[in-house]
Amino acid sequence: MIAELGHYALVLALVLALVQVCVPFYGARRNDLALMGVAGPTAIAQFFFVAFAFVALVACYVQSDFSVTNVYENSHSAKPLIYKISGVWGNHEGSMILWVLILSVFGALVALFGDNLPARLKANVLAVQSLIAFAFYLFILVSSNPFLRMPVAPLEGRDLNPILQDPGLAIHPPLLYVGYVGLSISFSFAIAALIDGRIDAAWARWVRPWTLLAWMFLTLGIAMGSFWAYYTLGWGGWWFWDPVENASFMPWLACTALLHSAVVMEKRNALKIWTILLAILAFSLSLVGTFLVRSGVLTSVHTFASDPARGAFILGILVLFIGGSLALFALRAPLLKQGGLFAPVSREGALVFNNLLVVCACGAVFFGTLYPLALEAVTGEKISVGPPFFNLTFGPLFLSLLLVVPFGPLMAWKRGDLLGVAQRLMGAAAIAVIGIAAAYAAEGGGPVLVPFAIGLAVFVIAGALTDLVERTALLKVPVRTALARARGLPRSTWGTAFAHIGLGVTLLGIIGETQLGAERIAELKPGQTISIRRWDLNFESVSERQGPNYKEFAAQFTVRRHQNGEVIGTMEPSKKTFPSRGTGTTESALMTRGVGQLYLALGDPNADGSIPVRLYYKPLVLLIWLGAVVMVIGGGLSLSDRRLRVGAPKRARRQEKGGGALQPAE
Amino acid sequence: MTRKQRRLALIGSCLAVLSVAVALVLGALNDAIVFFNSPSDVVEKQIPPGSRIRLGGLVKEGSVLKGENLQVNFAVTDGKNTIQVAYQGLLPDLFREGQGVVTEGTLDPAGTFKADNVLAKHDEKYMPKEVADALKKQGHWKMGDEPAGPQAKAQ
Repeated sequence: MIAELGHYALVLALVLALVQVCVPFYGARRNDLALMGVAGPTAIAQFFFVAFAFVALVACYVQSDFSVTNVYENSHSAKPLIYKISGVWGNHEGSMILWVLILSVFGALVALFGDNLPARLKANVLAVQSLIAFAFYLFILVSSNPFLRMPVAPLEGRDLNPILQDPGLAIHPPLLYVGYVGLSISFSFAIAALIDGRIDAAWARWVRPWTLLAWMFLTLGIAMGSFWAYYTLGWGGWWFWDPVENASFMPWLACTALLHSAVVMEKRNALKIWTILLAILAFSLSLVGTFLVRSGVLTSVHTFASDPARGAFILGILVLFIGGSLALFALRAPLLKQGGLFAPVSREGALVFNNLLVVCACGAVFFGTLYPLALEAVTGEKISVGPPFFNLTFGPLFLSLLLVVPFGPLMAWKRGDLLGVAQRLMGAAAIAVIGIAAAYAAEGGGPVLVPFAIGLAVFVIAGALTDLVERTALLKVPVRTALARARGLPRSTWGTAFAHIGLGVTLLGIIGETQLGAERIAELKPGQTISIRRWDLNFESVSERQGPNYKEFAAQFTVRRHQNGEVIGTMEPSKKTFPSRGTGTTESALMTRGVGQLYLALGDPNADGSIPVRLYYKPLVLLIWLGAVVMVIGGGLSLSDRRLRVGAPKRARRQEKGGGALQPAE
Repeated sequence: MTRKQRRLALIGSCLAVLSVAVALVLGALNDAIVFFNSPSDVVEKQIPPGSRIRLGGLVKEGSVLKGENLQVNFAVTDGKNTIQVAYQGLLPDLFREGQGVVTEGTLDPAGTFKADNVLAKHDEKYMPKEVADALKKQGHWKMGDEPAGPQAKAQ
């Protein structure tokens, strides 16, 4: 019964979505406030219906109702409750339900917090938003309905893929989806602006918080996915340049570019057309990502099933939205009033340069991701485009971007002074040189590039700090005055600094993990010892355990300091076998030392009782994800800036009129 | 700067960055791309020793030989041709005889494939897509073995 109710709620949401597309759009054309006003309530109602459908599906999972095909195929009565719930989106149909749920949340949020939007803009935005929702409801109902029943209800389910039975599944997809789907808002705003043929600085101010929100969640989602892969796959990799990872990384890059170009549009009323195009591209890349993951053209851990009909349907949605929006862009963009040109050496110029490099890097990733598919379709030749390709293309582009990152925030609007900025960065450069020297001394030879890469990371961090130090005049005035000035700085200045510092921190982590680590592989019997860098690991014993729906085989290791034999802890890697699927997972053991980690994973035991083990020391590795967290904090600070605060724009506007002179010019 | 100069500077720097990006991609296409081959492809195309390829097929039944120091020898077959593979390191979790596998490495002059990377299935239903297609070509494909599920990787 509950499955049928969920199904019914989804159908109602579909109908409501259609209403929300047609009525407000027509109302906007006729300038009829009543018709335009329909959009708000329907958006909220849509949210309630989709939420009901989602809860119904969760209920089916929690009750282990195996008469529902989707539950039978992906759940098991002995599965722990958290995996019963997270298993809802651990499969194709359920994950699409989560997708539309988040889409409807965003629609409802625009309806609730969009009071300050001009009525026409709001109506158009919600209509476009609803058109996206309509396409995806239709997709779910036609080809991926999770509420279908089995002809005969089986007694037991087939269980969730063991590799997905991990807390990561509860966190990673929802975060990523909020990011993906959040980009639909800036897309809808862009389309609405094109339909209206009107766009101004206020538009950028409305779009930026939504983009920032999506960006924060994308950043967290990608970082979480990377961390999950790191600890769960058993060989310590955190980024594989796998097409599915790229599918989430490309929207992130486009979104990063959009954030920066929106600043130019807001402050200088320039780059309008480019910003609109980026907003369209960012969401288009989200859709491409959804297509890549869901259509089954790729096989990877994220592809739950491949079904050509679904692929064709999503491809249809893709063509409709990307093609349609780009066609609309081609038609209407020339009508938008151009902003002025600006000097190449200026804050605007720096932001354009950022956009240029980020978009080119994104293009390289796009090419590397889709080229194998295109080549196979055309010539039948199968190739793999792996890390070497991306390191050779994305690497240089992004590293040169990092080199100029510290210059941007120090540059003045309109007319910058490159030489002056370079002088102001001398301090940061000096710190970077010290970093290079220290790294070189610590490494004692080895690749020359590594100390320079570390120097670059230090330069990015020190450069971001330079901006803060200058603005608070930390070194020139008494500390108390500097603190007062720090409090008075706009939050967005802090946001920029944090985001850029995070970038440098992540780079440090990447260098540490890829260049400075150590790896040992050996076959051990209990009693034997394996050493790595400053530690000895003694293989003590093995044990077996029975979990709720798996058997676990674990090995106990004692970790000692190499110097004095002092025991600093134990590590217990294990292997789980899930009888319901006949497969297993490798549970690696991690021990954190500072910001580095010891990483230990087991192989399949040999006939003679020895066990192959893989041991890594990964220095600085935690900085990779810590940096992402710092970036997100930066995003949050920027979001809390009064200027951007959702729902408080009137006050902000008044402040700008009255107290604008008090704010330091950015 | 005049308006014209500004525009030129902007367009010029755009073109410069774009051409650098294109040059990087084209350069990487020459060096950093690995072609997938089945054992029959290796025999038919006479792939020269030393060039880096991916070799995929089924692990031949009874061919897996484990030696000292994690040295493993096995044969990869597509039913028509068979290539010997030598690998040192940990095998992925579900590396089994008779199952699909993808290896990456180079051929040595004696015709043995020196693999430095072995990828195998990680799910009872999963077959690497390339392997499935290669087997289909040789007519060794059983229906129902739909490719799905994650890919395990070992180095």
